[in-house]
Parts: sequence; structure tokens; C-alpha cells
Amino acid sequence: MKEAEPSTNEREFLLAALKDGARIDGRNFYDFRTLRLSFGSDYGAVEVQLGNTRVLAKVSCEVIKPYPDKPTEGFLMFSTELSPMASSAFEVGRQTDEEVLVSRLIEKAMRRSRALDTEGLCIVAGEKVWSIRVDIHFLDHDGNLVDAACIAAITGLLHFRRPDVTVVGEEVTIHTLEQRNPVPLSIHHIPICISFAFFDKGGCVIVDPTHLEEQIKEGDMTITLNVHKEVCALSKAGGIPMELDQIIQCSNIAVVKVAEITAQIQAALDADAKKRQVSRK
Amino acid sequence: MASIKTEQPPGSLLPQGPSIVLPGDLLPAPGTRLVTDDDDAFITTSTTAPVIKLGPGLLVDDDSIGAIKAGILKHTPTGNRWWVESNQRRYVAAQGESVVGVVISKSAEHYKMDIGAAQHALLGVLSFEGASKRFKPDIKIGSLVYCRVSLANKDMEAELECFNPTTMKSDGYGELKNGFAIKTSLGLARRLLDPKTLILRLLGQHTPFETVIGMNGKIWVDSESPKKIILICNAIKNSEFLSDTECKTMVKTVIEKL
Repeated sequence: MKEAEPSTNEREFLLAALKDGARIDGRNFYDFRTLRLSFGSDYGAVEVQLGNTRVLAKVSCEVIKPYPDKPTEGFLMFSTELSPMASSAFEVGRQTDEEVLVSRLIEKAMRRSRALDTEGLCIVAGEKVWSIRVDIHFLDHDGNLVDAACIAAITGLLHFRRPDVTVVGEEVTIHTLEQRNPVPLSIHHIPICISFAFFDKGGCVIVDPTHLEEQIKEGDMTITLNVHKEVCALSKAGGIPMELDQIIQCSNIAVVKVAEITAQIQAALDADAKKRQVSRK
Repeated sequence: MASIKTEQPPGSLLPQGPSIVLPGDLLPAPGTRLVTDDDDAFITTSTTAPVIKLGPGLLVDDDSIGAIKAGILKHTPTGNRWWVESNQRRYVAAQGESVVGVVISKSAEHYKMDIGAAQHALLGVLSFEGASKRFKPDIKIGSLVYCRVSLANKDMEAELECFNPTTMKSDGYGELKNGFAIKTSLGLARRLLDPKTLILRLLGQHTPFETVIGMNGKIWVDSESPKKIILICNAIKNSEFLSDTECKTMVKTVIEKL
């Protein structure tokens, strides 16, 4: 069933509150919701909670034959599916525009920004390469799926360890996790998406919109940045036109947010690594 | 099924404190010879089976009663009623419940309403207090309406009405103007309707507000200023997993911020 539009009461109240300088969940305009990261027992399983939005990412790998024109390049694949688990507005098998946008944005942010060193996934040139697959499951939808999915995907890749391999001549041995310590992927940088929603003809900019805000917004924009202030992607699909200085203002906000989120991801990874070391002893 | 019933250790499901049932659990059915220690409020062992009224979450299957939802098994001696108190977010319409819906579209005879259930519900244009063909309220698309489920059937769209059928009066039902609505879990909505629940009273001590609680988890709140409405809405949402004392401290801290 198509999702119902929010009621007039909700719409008018939200807009009136924004004019008053308040958001309905009590946040300031440039505040992110609380971000929580938790890791599964396997390498590469991450659950991200952004307020009430929940996303689970699971990274897995397999050995496959590379394309003949790119014999040394490994694969990085994303699979995103919006299931009815996240929201009753999503149906199995029927891809919504939102789903297409989310998966394309993640592809752009992760693969096209070359965050993962795909050449480093080569085992034997032209014969065997690693194919890394990131499955992104949306568990609960309360707006801003892109940012949550992006954080989940990159944290999953950072957390993932692939089995070690040794190549002797033509012979390739893949060591199990028990035989040898698995090795992390080589990741060049950490791209983070920051989404904005615009109201009042662009006069009001908010960060990390909730589901209700997304339904009522006039326009949106997602900037993907890394901690070195390099813009990896910028997506603005429709909505109201923007002034140049507004975009610059947004990117300045994004720079601050990216630094915070990256620090939080690193802290969570370090804490998990420590926990694993203790449990191994 | 029947064989499982007799194999169950007697009294295993007797409520000693909260008794939790899971879908598929069988409850001792009437006629089962159950020996209870002290009082036989649960099921009498007399040959004439007592009349039992089953509420949500329980289902009769042949001659046994099984739980179809996970939750706490509840009982009142008046009328010997049994039900499972569970929590979920998806609303399933049940007759007699008050809900808050949004008008999706309107036709000559019905308003189509979204009440958060799997199907839309129908609200007759004449299902209002004193409405006649000449004089009937005009409700715009997108409005919030507080109404009562007059007919709920699992194979049909639910029907709604905006009056109390015994008095034919509006009884507070009707269009909700201004204010703001939030969506909560069904368990929280049910709990808010319980006069024992503190949170609404605590908030009311500090700031006057109006609220309408729909059993479908949609809660409408209106107060003097947007800031207060936001505060009340968030306090209600936050109260879901807090104890009474925690609620008190939470309300205190949010009121101080105002």
C-alpha cells in the first residue's frame, strides 16, 4: 500500500515549528541524531542506529575470476533492498524511486570515490581476485536512510577481515580463520554522506531529516565527504533550486559532521578490536 | 494437539507473577483436569466447563486454547476474561476501539481513512452527530479525525463512525484541529489510556494540554505553544520504557528546559 501523506495538522505544525526555530524531535537544525554502532560476532557485521533508523550491513567475500580487460581488479558490490520490515510502504520486488536513489548514492559514495583499493584484492592476475559484497539491510525507517546506510557500509568494510592467502607458483592456498589471522581490507579514505533537507524556499536548512521531515521537505541534498575535506559525491535530485553560497554553507556544516562521525566510527572500531583481543586471550 | 495438552505439567502456565506466553503455547483448556494449589480462579475442575471469554492474542483450536502472540497472559475474574497483552506497531482494527485517522480521499458516501492498518478504513459522511443528507460536516483531505471503529472484519475494510451508538452524541469524536500527532507503539497507546499511567498526569501538572489517544498508536496533542507541544510529544514517546520514578525525573528535567 502506498504510504499515506502526513496529515495537514502535522505538516502545518512542523512548518510553524521550523519557523520558530524548533524541530519536532527537539533537535537543533544542524544536529545529527544519536548514532550508535554495534558489531556482530563475525567480522564485517555492523548495525547502525541513527535515532530510530536502523541499518544492518554484512560484508562477505569470495574468490572469482576477474574481467579479462581488468585482470588485476577485484570486485566491490553493494546490495541494498528496502524490505517491508523497514516500513510498510516498501514492497518486495517492486523497486521504488527512493530505493533506486539510495542504492545509486551508496554506489557513488563508496565505489566511485575509490574508497576501497580494488587492486589490492587481486590474488593471481587474470585468474583469481576477491569479490567483496556488502549486503545492506534496512531494519527500520525513520528517515535519512542514505546516511545510515553509508555509515554502515564503510564501517562494515573497515571491520571486515578477509582470509589470508599464500601464492606459491601457480598454487593458491586460502587459509581458514583458524590457521592464520585474517587480513583487513586496504581502505584509502572514509567517505561519509551528510543529508540536508530544505524548507521555506531554501531559507531553512536542516541536517539528518526524520521520516516526517523528509515527507514534507521542499528539497534535499546529500554531500559525501571524507575527513580530508575532499568531496566524493554531491547529489541533488530535484527539489527547489539552490544558491551557491547555500551549498557552500552546507558543505561547511558537512565538514564538521564528517569529522565527528569519522571519530566515532574509529572509536567504535578500536573498542571492538580491544574487546576481541581480550576474548581471544 | 490434544495429546500435547495432557502432557503439559499441570500449573506450568498458571500466573505466578507475570506469565509470559509465546505464539504456539497451549493454555490449559476448559475441561482439562488441572489441580491448582490454593485457588481455582484459573480453571475450575467441575464437569460443567466454565464460560471463558478470550481476548486478543488467544485462539481456540479444536478443544484447546493457544496463544497466537507473544506477551503477558492477563486475566480478570469478572466474566472470566483472558487475553495476551503484547506490543506491536501495526494496528489491526477491532470493533469499539477509538482511533485517530487521516482522511485520504472522499467520495459521495465515504471518507477513506488511513488508520495505520493494512487496509484503509471507511467513514460514512453521515456517521456524525446530527448529520443528515442536507447538513453534514465537510472534512478536508489530510485532516485528522478521532473516530470509533464500528465494524471490523478481517476480510473487509474497517468501518468508522464519529458518534457514540448508545447516545447518538458525538462524545468528543470528530475532526481534530491544529495541534500535532505522533505515532507510538500500540502498547504505549493502550497504557496511556490506563488511568494508572503517570506520564500524562505528570505533564498536566506543569503545563495544560489537550490530548487524544487513538488505539492505533496515533496520539494528537495540542497546547499553547509549539515548543510545549514538542516537549509533551517527546516526553510521551520517551516514557515508553521508563518506570514511574524515572518518568518523574524525566518530566522534571524537560520542564526545567522550557
